[in-house]
Amino acid sequence: MTKVLTNRFGLKDSHTLPVYESTGGYVAVKKIFSMQPAEVITEVVKSGLRGRGGAGFPAGTKWGYIPKDSPKPKYLCINADESEPGTFKDRYLLELDPHQLIEGIIITCFAIGSNCCYIYCRGEFDLATKRIGAAVAEAYAKGYLGKGIFGKGYNLDVTVHRGAGAYICGEETALLESLEGKRGHPRIKPPFPALVGLFGCPTVINNVETISAVPFILGQGADSYRKWGTEKSPGTKLFSVSGHVKKPGVYEVPLGYPLKDFLLNECGGISGTGRLKAVIPGGSSVPILTAEEAWSANLDYESLAAKGTMLGSGGVIVMDDSVDMAWALKNLSLFYSHESCGQCTPCREGTGWINKILQRFYREGGTPEDLGLLNEICDNMVGKTICVLADALAMPVRSYLQKFPEDFARHFRKA
Amino acid sequence: MVTVNFKINDCEMTAEAGTSILEAAKASGIEVPHYCYHPGLSTAGNCRMCLVKVDKMGKPVTSCNTPVTEGMVVCTDSPEVKKMQASIMEFLLINHPLDCPTCDQAGECRLQDYYMKFDRIPSRFTEEKVHKDKMVDLGAGVMLDEERCIVCTRCVRFCAEVAKEPELHVQNRGDHSMVATFPGKEMHNPYAGCTVDVCPVGALTSKDFRYKKRVWFLQSAPSICPGCSRGCNIEIHHADEKVFRLKPRHNPDVNHYWMCDAGRFAYKSLNENRCTKAQWRKKDGGWQVGSNKEAVAEAKALLASYAPGEVAFVASALESNEAIDAFVSHALNIAGVARVYYSLNAPQNPFSDKILITADKNPNRAHIKKLDLLPLSELASSVKVLIVQRDLSESDLGFVRKKGLKVAVLFATNQTACDDVAEVILPVPTYAEQDGHFTNVDGRVQPFFAALSPAGEAVQIHTHLAALVAR
Repeated sequence: MTKVLTNRFGLKDSHTLPVYESTGGYVAVKKIFSMQPAEVITEVVKSGLRGRGGAGFPAGTKWGYIPKDSPKPKYLCINADESEPGTFKDRYLLELDPHQLIEGIIITCFAIGSNCCYIYCRGEFDLATKRIGAAVAEAYAKGYLGKGIFGKGYNLDVTVHRGAGAYICGEETALLESLEGKRGHPRIKPPFPALVGLFGCPTVINNVETISAVPFILGQGADSYRKWGTEKSPGTKLFSVSGHVKKPGVYEVPLGYPLKDFLLNECGGISGTGRLKAVIPGGSSVPILTAEEAWSANLDYESLAAKGTMLGSGGVIVMDDSVDMAWALKNLSLFYSHESCGQCTPCREGTGWINKILQRFYREGGTPEDLGLLNEICDNMVGKTICVLADALAMPVRSYLQKFPEDFARHFRKA
Repeated sequence: MVTVNFKINDCEMTAEAGTSILEAAKASGIEVPHYCYHPGLSTAGNCRMCLVKVDKMGKPVTSCNTPVTEGMVVCTDSPEVKKMQASIMEFLLINHPLDCPTCDQAGECRLQDYYMKFDRIPSRFTEEKVHKDKMVDLGAGVMLDEERCIVCTRCVRFCAEVAKEPELHVQNRGDHSMVATFPGKEMHNPYAGCTVDVCPVGALTSKDFRYKKRVWFLQSAPSICPGCSRGCNIEIHHADEKVFRLKPRHNPDVNHYWMCDAGRFAYKSLNENRCTKAQWRKKDGGWQVGSNKEAVAEAKALLASYAPGEVAFVASALESNEAIDAFVSHALNIAGVARVYYSLNAPQNPFSDKILITADKNPNRAHIKKLDLLPLSELASSVKVLIVQRDLSESDLGFVRKKGLKVAVLFATNQTACDDVAEVILPVPTYAEQDGHFTNVDGRVQPFFAALSPAGEAVQIHTHLAALVAR
């Protein structure tokens, strides 16, 4: 089946401009110059494209929030700070098809009236940053970026900016703070970035995968995009699969695809002991699924929400029955406590406390009271913080304790 | 002004549109606990202690940066809100060191106060606390204990927004966050002492005040700083007839919530190098210390050998409206001079800024101006001897030496360079030992009140002057 995003994966030098153009690239973008910006937004709204960073917010709707009559400059920020554990799809998009993203950027900037785009790239992404930087340079050289792009009167500058090693800078307002040269602390919302964003100006922040789908939508039309997926979750999504599967990697599948088929077909089946125990469907920040839940789940926003978890970033982590969930959870708690920005009390202290309890629990054993305390700490964190990093630890913790009690009971100290 | 109607805890209230829930509650006497919010600084909303519930808003909101709107229904005292308050206290205390017995903040610490008011639940933290550096000298007399810090960022915001020198920042991440200066640098802004004031816990303490007095022993008197013509409103904190520290007092028209370090640490002159007993010159040039009565007698004898036109009165811009008036009135009406002179505190290259500090290092030059007095440099040539209300400026002292003038009587609070040219010194009370008024640079007449009784044998100047002319 023709895919939306991964068509060039596997082609030699797919990251270069000549290969991109010889395979149909920079065609859709030329359409926009005979369109009104509002029409571009309408097409994207029609397509139902939802944010692929994790939140799943309708992209076209977000673009519509940019005030058209504001005298301030508008900005587009591409969130390439991919740091969600289990997620590595944006990295492949940047390394293997950076021009697809650039074409999407041009269309999006035109739609929202922006002449300036920043690509905030995870600092640890060496090859990805080099490739997107080189692609941007190629685009400038060809007149696809800079002054009067494509020979039209539209100016557009794109700057690649490297992060410095903070997961929290993937939170959109922390990303803006970091871009502005400050510590990556999430901002209090409201106001939202569409009104007060980068340098106080209207700003759209979208994930790499989201904007990479825009050339297809403008080129083939919203209806073509809707040929895949479900009513509420149209289109395709990249899933990053790791853990106990025979063929880990990045796969593009239509939304709504059953997780069982995905694991057994594309991913080659369960490896390790061969017996599935648990699946994290959308990056480590979403509640975990038992094997039973996983076998009956579909890969779309609504189905997974109905099962009490989230599609999130599509980072699929597969665990066989050799995995001790107490061990897995303490790995996660170390990550979140290390990455908490420290701004607000419940997250700063709560993630640290949860981590200390889980490390000690795994190392020396614990009591049922420890687990009760963990749940209470989670309750005291959720909904009380400036951003959802606290929730990203608390919701998974609750799900592990609730769904895998035997794994924790095995660590209870003998009286 | 647009007013909105809303409810807090089932009470109907009104406030100006844009007022935060926290401030609206405060205006009606409802306390919403908070750490990071300070009315003189930008709102951070990071401590989460002020979370309240608002109808139709799913998640709890921070009352410090949520404005009241028409028809809003707020709850600050439901079981849910109380649980949140206790949980934030719990989070703040899990890594907080149990330093109360040796921490200067005890007695004026928000963690203590809020624990008693909004928590009272025993700790259930049994892990190892995060350990950090407990004695970091930030410079400018400010000591940081990193373990006690709750990262409210009040000090960071103060330096950036009020002192306009962003010398403090937060370093590291998560529960290893700590306030710090930039590597190799020290705080040096002239208002650094205010960071100790704004710190709600014992993280920032004053090196000068540390370990000197438990704050519940201190009493407070409202006063005015005499360090410059700004007239910052202050509090004198005292005990055992001694001043322990000065703190700024809120005045939205003069100094807001702040004072400068020069003014803050000048309290030492209230305790040290004081002139508390009368003294007069012996024949060999040394000093004889004695009673006010004896000293006044010496002064009378000295002045008797001079004609009226040879004696001049020099008022001081360091003194209160009342003291200056008494001195000038005595000079004009009792001593019968035609003009009165004045001196003042005039250091070389005085520091000033656009924040609070004025170049005029006198609390009351405005009052001197009102009375149309002459600078000492315009002294009539017939004058041979001076009666001086307080210290002379450096240049006036030079003038006196050059002209070979005698200072027959010097009224003094402290030992100064002026003592060298004086014949008789009579002790007067400091501003901390009397009530009075200073008139500041804007012409604002501000009252100050006595914290202590006059030291030693100091009495008001009019008492000395009356004795001087009594038969």
